[in-house]
Amino acid sequence: MSKMRNKTPQQPAKERVKNFFEVALGFSQEQAEEEARRCLQCKDPVCIKGCPVEVDIPAFIKLIKEGKQKEAQALIKEKNNLPGICGRVCPQEDQCEAVCILNKKKIPVNIGALERYAADYGLVHSQEFIVHSKKLRTTNYELRTTIAVVGSGPAGLTCAADLAKMGYEVTLFESLHLPGGVLMYGIPEFRLPKKIVQNEVDYIKSLGVDIKTDTLIGNTYSLEDLCKEGFKAIFIGTGAGLPQFLGIPGENLGRVYSANEFLTRVNLMKAYKFPDYATPINIGKKIAVIGGGNVAFDCARVALRLGTQAVLVYRRTENEMPARKEEIRNATDEGIPFKVLTQPVRIIDDGKGFVGGLECIAMELGEPDASGRRRPAPLKDSNFVLGVDTVIVAIGQNPNPLLPKVTPHLKTNKDGTIWVDKNFMSSIPGVFAGGDIISGADTVISAMGAGKKAAVAIDRYIKNLVTSFG
Amino acid sequence: MFKIIDKENLAKEITQITVEAPQIAKKAKASQFVVVVIDEKGERIPLTLADWDKAGGTITLIFQEVGFTTKKLGTFNEGDSIQHILGPLGHPTETKRTGTVICIGGGVGIAEVYPVSRALKEAGNRVLGIIGTRSKELLILEDKMQKICDELFITTDDGSYGRKGFVTDVLKELLEVVEKSQHTKFPDLVYCIGPLPMMKAVSELTKSYKIKTIVSLNPVMVDGTGMCGSCRCTVGGKTAFGCVDGPDFDAHQVDFAELEKRLNLFKDQEGKLKD
Repeated sequence: MSKMRNKTPQQPAKERVKNFFEVALGFSQEQAEEEARRCLQCKDPVCIKGCPVEVDIPAFIKLIKEGKQKEAQALIKEKNNLPGICGRVCPQEDQCEAVCILNKKKIPVNIGALERYAADYGLVHSQEFIVHSKKLRTTNYELRTTIAVVGSGPAGLTCAADLAKMGYEVTLFESLHLPGGVLMYGIPEFRLPKKIVQNEVDYIKSLGVDIKTDTLIGNTYSLEDLCKEGFKAIFIGTGAGLPQFLGIPGENLGRVYSANEFLTRVNLMKAYKFPDYATPINIGKKIAVIGGGNVAFDCARVALRLGTQAVLVYRRTENEMPARKEEIRNATDEGIPFKVLTQPVRIIDDGKGFVGGLECIAMELGEPDASGRRRPAPLKDSNFVLGVDTVIVAIGQNPNPLLPKVTPHLKTNKDGTIWVDKNFMSSIPGVFAGGDIISGADTVISAMGAGKKAAVAIDRYIKNLVTSFG
Repeated sequence: MFKIIDKENLAKEITQITVEAPQIAKKAKASQFVVVVIDEKGERIPLTLADWDKAGGTITLIFQEVGFTTKKLGTFNEGDSIQHILGPLGHPTETKRTGTVICIGGGVGIAEVYPVSRALKEAGNRVLGIIGTRSKELLILEDKMQKICDELFITTDDGSYGRKGFVTDVLKELLEVVEKSQHTKFPDLVYCIGPLPMMKAVSELTKSYKIKTIVSLNPVMVDGTGMCGSCRCTVGGKTAFGCVDGPDFDAHQVDFAELEKRLNLFKDQEGKLKD
């Protein structure tokens, strides 16, 4: 047995910065089986507890070891409706791999890459899974209960899929013209190919979920309308899509973008293929991306691939960056410089209404704040100007306020998240919520975990309704 | 898919289409808009709802063929379908009874001021309309506006129809008459939609008379649901999102200069798009 962890092959940094193709290339069968042999098949596997949706990790790894890729995928899909996505974008180092017993020697099993390997089997054999998925939806079909799911991001897709597997008639409403939420508009093609997302969405459709795009709940239909239309329960998974801005002078100049706008133009609207696709993106030659999270890294790496120089501006140091280590390493390999301990104070007008530079102030780290990270404080008279012509603000997103704003009686918390009880039920009976709209901006897998738990709670709620009134 | 059931050329390069969209028709209110994606490779563009038929389940869109997408949409015919239409979006215009309202529309903005004027009329207001275009061949919806306005003034820049001059010339005269008169009152509200320089000029004029004025802004949009901030503008010193906080704003609070610069952000790229 090899002691070394098998790493996923990657496109070389020099090559990949010139294209939008996927960076990580995935295991070959040989590599996957070799890595699978490293799993100790623990009697009491802790890795399962590290997974927010509790995939039976040792069992699927055993199937891979035996060359049974199809069975491995089917097994994963009992718990995880989007393995092709999770295998790629989950922070495994903080989840399943963090608790892997081999982690004691700092060489955990590469669970993420194995999950991805199993999932990618479905890319070429999707029809088999569509047949398989039809077998899954039998249990309470006689109920013929209809449930509405609002938002087709990871939380909504998961909740809808699990409810469909339980036998409910599910309609999933999406405001954009393509389903997937952040998977489509946020995460770039080179980390998560849109074909993978499309494939996973097709699987969810094959479970019987009806997806209605171009429908903004709150405007096109109110929650009340949905009740009148006969939906017995509603799940809200509208995410954290409200961009935060810095609130500094010059922020409305031309070529200042929110990360959401920049990424939506490039990922969802394919502005990187302009003019073949009609959506433009106006950027200069030197881009400052402000922030240190995964979204900031996505922006900087996209900017690089659009043929510009990108610099990451962060007010703390690299140690405090909330982005995944892997993403920080990828960006470093691609040659993206970090300007740390730097806080923007003003965006300078070039005289024509565009960005002419970014005035910053140097910072130092003080005492730890509520998040446990050392709080940055400005150094007096340390102002300087970064010579950039484009600024992307990637300092976080707030919960989407649109639906709560037009829905009286839907209680929200101070931070704009929707209030829910321990069963994910909001202040309106029968209306549930989960994902970033209740937790604030978080990971794909935690949104999926919430969607899964909410589906169970919705099932329990419906069954109680049936027994009380049926 | 949203099927086009009627298409009409209203004026030079101004097209009206009626589209099957029952749910949007059911919810539509004055000054709301939709975001349209015409085909797979299309961009998302906002278009104001020019009219709607709740019973018939249709909406009417009127657009000027100025850019890549509107020119392409102009080639669509009856029976063709638009891939995506999202709406209705934005806050509806507040249409309560206030007294006398002057509704001003410029160019294709006439299509947009029409549903607002109608709603204000239905709310029991006295509605004076001022509509203006560059020349006679660009004038639209004269009959429709005539029907709902208590009085309608028409201007053309070149004098080829109606009064020669700008909508602001008529507005200025009306306000001056009131100023000199003993027994007439200033209007309670001015509502204006049209090209940016026109909205700015109207705003400056009414500001000097301290008359409440609402403009319907037309910033660049992507999603139209408040998630990107492409449409942000400064109103009263604060950043607002045109798509969810607007499109109607207090004209006297709007930073028009900033809006103008933001509207020009994609001008260079627009020219690179070919059919």
